Amino acid sequence: MGLEEKLPSGVLLSTVEGIVNWSRKSSLWPATFGLACCAIEMMSTGAGRYDLARFGMEVFRPSPRQADLMIVAGRVSQKMAPVVRQIYDQMPEPKWVIAMGVCASSGGMFNNYAIVQGVDHIVPVDMYLPGCPPRPEMLMDAILKLHDKISDEPLGANRARREREGYVPRELVASSVRFSKEGKAAAKKAYAQERAK
Amino acid sequence: METTVASFLDPVKGFGLTFATMFRQKTTEQYPEEVKATAPRYHGRHVLNRHPDGLEKCIGCELCAWACPADAIYVEGADNTEDKRFSPGERYAAIYQINYLRCIFCGLCIEACPTRSLTMTNEYELADDSRQDLIFTKDQLLAPLLPGMEQPPHPMRLGDTDTDYYVGVANRASAVPGNDEVEGRLAGGPGHNDPLREES
Repeated sequence: MGLEEKLPSGVLLSTVEGIVNWSRKSSLWPATFGLACCAIEMMSTGAGRYDLARFGMEVFRPSPRQADLMIVAGRVSQKMAPVVRQIYDQMPEPKWVIAMGVCASSGGMFNNYAIVQGVDHIVPVDMYLPGCPPRPEMLMDAILKLHDKISDEPLGANRARREREGYVPRELVASSVRFSKEGKAAAKKAYAQERAK
Repeated sequence: METTVASFLDPVKGFGLTFATMFRQKTTEQYPEEVKATAPRYHGRHVLNRHPDGLEKCIGCELCAWACPADAIYVEGADNTEDKRFSPGERYAAIYQINYLRCIFCGLCIEACPTRSLTMTNEYELADDSRQDLIFTKDQLLAPLLPGMEQPPHPMRLGDTDTDYYVGVANRASAVPGNDEVEGRLAGGPGHNDPLREES
């Protein structure tokens, strides 16, 4: 006989999982950290025309201890690899990694002894982004797909249950489709169906 | 005394500029909601084109793979047979893969392609969380079947030989409506209207 019984569901009360994931994805702070030409494109994504501030992540943190997203922008040389790993280790949990551009993702056209063939040899990567360099829209698309992945992350008992039952993650949809009017309507419908279960 | 006044006026000047900027036109693009069109010849994701009857233009020659500076393309050709035909002519690409985690979108493969089979689209939203899924296979790269096209394998519908497809009827006015220049050049055979060819 509390207040929560009188209210329509989903208005005031939500799950901890929903709130935690929402707050995590709404203020991803990237580390100020660029290795090559992709960083130029990353800077332009943060600037006025593309404006990452619209997604709550305009502050590129100068210290990895304040950052929770590492955008590996550019080719990683063998000599740079331990530095990249150290930056990753210094970031507090939870943390995510985007491999921006083909060099960071797989070594790209630099298939030689000096370049690490994919930054996933050093750190766990959550999102691979092709392009040489990717245009700012592509980076925003990768970030929004990562947002979707974060908000789909189960916590606590849910995580244990989903891992036990074999969890199929939500399919990644191109951002221009997901944020179109039709995409938003479809997401609303899927959410309602999930709640009805 | 003057310096005190100046030091008082400086922030007024500064914030005045900030305030005035509010009335200027905004440059920000609202990307995921409103997508601005790319340049018409933007180098995006590849597509493998088809002839007007649905046969594949790719002949499995591997010139794209040879041209690729990043070794992102893998092609394995196979022979067409009379009862199993995927492209006009002798050979077709049995396996065609592009690794988008190697591809640098330079377009050298498009320049190398002798049949204009491989071209690029303006699609760029390719990010994914698995390296495996970013190796695009032939079924992902092939252009969708338009009305009037037929899923290969099937016999040649637009002529008896592959010459009909590449320099003949299939490329004439019916296939390229209203484009007389293209028609004339194709009808004249290779090198016709080519300024470099005429000089030599």
